[in-house]
Amino acid sequence: MTAVATIAAAQPRNGVTRIVSQSLTMAYRGLLKVRRTPEQLFDVTLQPIIFTVMFAYIFGGAISGDVTKYLATLIPGILVQTVITGSVTTGVQLREDMDKGVFDRFRSLPIARIAPLAGALLADTVRYAIATAITFVVGGIMGYHQVFDHLGWTVAAGLLVIVVAWSLSWIFALFGMLARTAGSVQGISFLVLFPLTFLSNAFVPTGTLPEPLKVFAEINPVSHLITAVRTMVNDQQVTGDVWLSLLGAAVVVAVFAPLTVRAYMRKA
Amino acid sequence: MNSSAVPAIEAEGLVKVFGDNRAVDGVDLVVRQGSVYGVLGPNGAGKTTTISMLATLLKPDGGSARVLGRDVVKEAAAVRALIGVTGQYASVDETLSATENLVVFGRLLGLPGRQARAKAADLLERFSLTEAAKRPLKKFSGGMRRRLDLAASLIAQPPLIFLDEPTTGLDPRTRAQMWDTIRELVTTGSTVLLTTQYLDEADQLADRIAVIDRGRVVAEGTSDDLKASVGTASLQLRLVDPHDLAVAEARIRARVGVQPVASAERAWLTVPLQDPERVTDLLVDLRDSGIRLAEFGVQKPTLDEVFLAITGHGADHENAAAEAEKDEVMA
Repeated sequence: MTAVATIAAAQPRNGVTRIVSQSLTMAYRGLLKVRRTPEQLFDVTLQPIIFTVMFAYIFGGAISGDVTKYLATLIPGILVQTVITGSVTTGVQLREDMDKGVFDRFRSLPIARIAPLAGALLADTVRYAIATAITFVVGGIMGYHQVFDHLGWTVAAGLLVIVVAWSLSWIFALFGMLARTAGSVQGISFLVLFPLTFLSNAFVPTGTLPEPLKVFAEINPVSHLITAVRTMVNDQQVTGDVWLSLLGAAVVVAVFAPLTVRAYMRKA
Repeated sequence: MNSSAVPAIEAEGLVKVFGDNRAVDGVDLVVRQGSVYGVLGPNGAGKTTTISMLATLLKPDGGSARVLGRDVVKEAAAVRALIGVTGQYASVDETLSATENLVVFGRLLGLPGRQARAKAADLLERFSLTEAAKRPLKKFSGGMRRRLDLAASLIAQPPLIFLDEPTTGLDPRTRAQMWDTIRELVTTGSTVLLTTQYLDEADQLADRIAVIDRGRVVAEGTSDDLKASVGTASLQLRLVDPHDLAVAEARIRARVGVQPVASAERAWLTVPLQDPERVTDLLVDLRDSGIRLAEFGVQKPTLDEVFLAITGHGADHENAAAEAEKDEVMA
């Protein structure tokens, strides 16, 4: 019985502190895994480079008349698309991870049920940060000078995208719990994300779209996030889109975090 | 607190159903504190499912269980603080090193960073894994993984440890090492519940054994109780010269007092072994009579025989009918 007493005493008394500390430990584990398997990072390193360069030169002339001018529209769009797509990978990898024996041990430990999930999702914010930094830097090099001119605003916009992506990753984590295989998580998620990210203002001004699409693109939450990033980086302004995006993120976490944790526990 | 009076495990009528399959169909268990309890049974008997319910990994569909007096369903969090679980498939992180694994588990259990690292180093030393501490687990052998797995279960020094088939798939030497480790655990006061498919493993380690089949406990007792129900081991002799068979049988009858079973074509003799002490006398006697042995060995009762004796069918369900048939032919 003394051993039990020791462990109990070693844990911070406050429940919230305990959950945070356990989640941080799980995040630390996630980062150790990334360090051991850096190839997991391809989708947030190579993809933003290729997409940015490709889209800029294909659409730049047609949409904005010249590539550099188009970057102010494109870079925030690509950024949001890449990072949100990255949050799908979170769900897929979480699913793969859960199929391994180590999750049995996590479930048998006297820890908060939410910690293994929160930790995994938290560790993935590092992936989003990498994607954000690379997209902005590539854009900057190609001639999107606002990125470097107002570094504070760029960082703030990046953080906004990361927070939203983190909150969305709870949805894909839920898919991860419910789907039978890791592959099907990817399938379902892209089916949702592809229309959401493309039927937005990411690549073209919504004014050029046919009416029904235009309506959709304008209420699409992805568009609001992209607009928020654009106004922050291009105009150094915080508009209603920023608050709307944060509110949306909060609602998503409030709804999906409990659902995901419940699915995770039932999986056990 | 008079804690030793509370059983480490107390299960009544545990049931778990997967679809049409009643994987666990009313299991009762009482495990005394400080003992090693073996759950013996073939693949698919319900051993892992039973452990999973006791370790709060699965919710029982019926019955109840208490671990050190705490209900596994209603007080799951309290139970988790009392147990260590080593699963059948290594429940450690493949991509991480041994040290990193143990540090992560230690921190999750609330140890501050430095203490977690000290504990990890300590356990790795104890399980002779120090030289491999920094390597990723992918490069570990099966035995090393199992040892690390066990080490991870001991971070919190839990009073009750579940080991699900701790030596399945290990080579004999590593297996013996695992046995030593498990014995050591008990000397430090922990209660161990282990599952196994091997009778000799249960025999070597467990104070009491429950034989489980098709989700039910079909026999329970000490290893001696069980063996008594199965019968004894037998001595097998192969003679160099088949013409000696008749003389050898006579010597065996005189010396051991039982009728051996002979198979003439290969000059094999099977002698039921009541008293192992007499074997020496018998062997000396045979040599003195000029009977030369090509081979000899002792055949212990196998799990299959235990099953035949207790359940009336073989350990392998598909072959149960065939086994029964073979039995008849042999009789």
